[in-house]
Amino acid sequence: MRQLTLGGVAVRVAITLLCVLWFIPTLGLLVSSFRDEADVKTSGWWTVITDPFSQWTFDSYRQVLESGMANAFVNSIVVSVPATLLPIMIAAFAAYAFTFMRFWGRNVLFMLIVGLLVVPLQVAFVPLLNLFTDYDLNGTFLAVWLAHTGFGMPLAVYILRNYMSSLPHEIIESAEIDGASHFQTFWRLIVPMSVPALAAFAIFQFLWVWNDLLVALIFLGAGDNEVVTITLRDLIGDKGQEWHLLTAGAFITMTVPLLVFFSLQRYFVRGLTAGSVKG
Amino acid sequence: MSDDPFLKIVNGLVAIVLGVGGTAALYWVLNFLVGLLPGKWDRRIKPYVFVGPAVLVVTVFLIYPALMTVIFSFADANSINWVGFQNYVDLFQDKEFLGTLFNNLLWILIVPAGSVIVGLLVAVLADRLKALPERIAKSVIFMPMAISFVGASTIWGFVYATRFAQGDKQIGLLSAISTSLGFEPVAWLRIQTGSLNDLLLIVIMVWLQAGFAMVLLSSAIKGVPDDTVEAARIDGASEIQIFFQVVVPQIWPTVIVVFVTILILVLKVFDIVYVMTGGRSGTSVLANTFFVELFEFGDAGRAAAVVVVLMIAVIPVMIYQMRQFKKQEAR
Repeated sequence: MRQLTLGGVAVRVAITLLCVLWFIPTLGLLVSSFRDEADVKTSGWWTVITDPFSQWTFDSYRQVLESGMANAFVNSIVVSVPATLLPIMIAAFAAYAFTFMRFWGRNVLFMLIVGLLVVPLQVAFVPLLNLFTDYDLNGTFLAVWLAHTGFGMPLAVYILRNYMSSLPHEIIESAEIDGASHFQTFWRLIVPMSVPALAAFAIFQFLWVWNDLLVALIFLGAGDNEVVTITLRDLIGDKGQEWHLLTAGAFITMTVPLLVFFSLQRYFVRGLTAGSVKG
Repeated sequence: MSDDPFLKIVNGLVAIVLGVGGTAALYWVLNFLVGLLPGKWDRRIKPYVFVGPAVLVVTVFLIYPALMTVIFSFADANSINWVGFQNYVDLFQDKEFLGTLFNNLLWILIVPAGSVIVGLLVAVLADRLKALPERIAKSVIFMPMAISFVGASTIWGFVYATRFAQGDKQIGLLSAISTSLGFEPVAWLRIQTGSLNDLLLIVIMVWLQAGFAMVLLSSAIKGVPDDTVEAARIDGASEIQIFFQVVVPQIWPTVIVVFVTILILVLKVFDIVYVMTGGRSGTSVLANTFFVELFEFGDAGRAAAVVVVLMIAVIPVMIYQMRQFKKQEAR
């Protein structure tokens, strides 16, 4: 199959075309973000091909960072990390019980979790807003942490439980015979053995929270605590003509997910393959 | 909360320590208390210590609010007086809402199928390349997965941008191509003829999701046993016949999983429409209408009714998922 047959050439041409097609929109944004404001607004980014040694600048990045993006970047980190770690621990305990313990209502409860995987988040917003208002939580980080913990829980339990049920049961049984309690078995055996699944979910949830606009818009809103997706949305909405700021802003918001994604791609892919549903 | 980024980071760290540490401590204390009970009760109650907090969380943040939303959908804008089915009647008599439903249908018809087709194409083609080019090709297609919907909207907003003044050069790729072919510049996202603006938004979602489809389908294709393919080849089947008659039937379960997963995602599509058009020019979808009803018109009743419609649309998928899971467990 490796010879350069007609079919082989066709395959190469087709895949190259697809890749170019997929990459061009992003490339346009990347190139534009380093161009001068006047150039971005008056000529296409592809003109740099004929004039490659002019007009490069970091001005747009500097401007957009100074106009609130730096603050939003910090906020996004403060939102994303706890919103990733909190659901993992709670879900890990539950997944352990669903996998290794027998109790009344186990199957019903787990089916409930499977069902909740597909429930659209929107159904929860109005009552949760009311609830958070009662406790004066709207616009605080705590509100988003809690909301993301709740919304991420079904997928977390589902992925971790599926992974744990693939672990050899004999290990747990022998631990039990040796007199280990469930609590000890959980911390000393199951958690270390589940690291791939825990990492996969962590990456998944982190990207989801970092990239989320809707939950942030509703429970955090604009202002001091706004996250990068909201800042970017405002750039698009209010300054629709400020293309130079928009391109730089978009790339700043993309740095963290792309970094996470390219450094941990292996785990990320495994996470997708393990639990390919998100509620 | 303060403006100072340092304080915010401290705040976040405290949340991690208190939240994660506190939760761990909670489990430890509960476990310890239950451990004091006599053996039989200890064994009976301990599972609920492990499972309880997770169940509590989904109850408070998903089940309770979902039920409340159903109740609110039968009440007025401020959730004070009952209005019966009035919100639903209003919705279904509203032409714009029917258009929204049609748009959602368009999204769920095109995005899952489109993503699966592109994903499958890339998976099959890349499978025939050497290791390095295969990895590069897959990374390029997969990369949009890491980009937020808002980021993707920015990227594509730039593709669809148009300048109208006489003598202006185009900065958007699509307009540059169309004007160089001699067409007049047009505002792409306002063209309602043939739902063109909807389709342009849908393209963004396919661009984002094809990578996801590719990853799962690619691993499924690699799992197809070589001897089944070889046997067909010896029988004289062409590559295309082999693909459709040998490979596709074996990866079909994965195709369905990918399809359903993207379907669920698409039913709730919000960010792209909200950011790109705000639902104007007949591009709205359910999730966007919900947002507009709630925050622009302040009508909690109608907003609730909109999401209940969305929830009803999801129920068949939910039943399917639960059935699939039961089948999988029975195996």
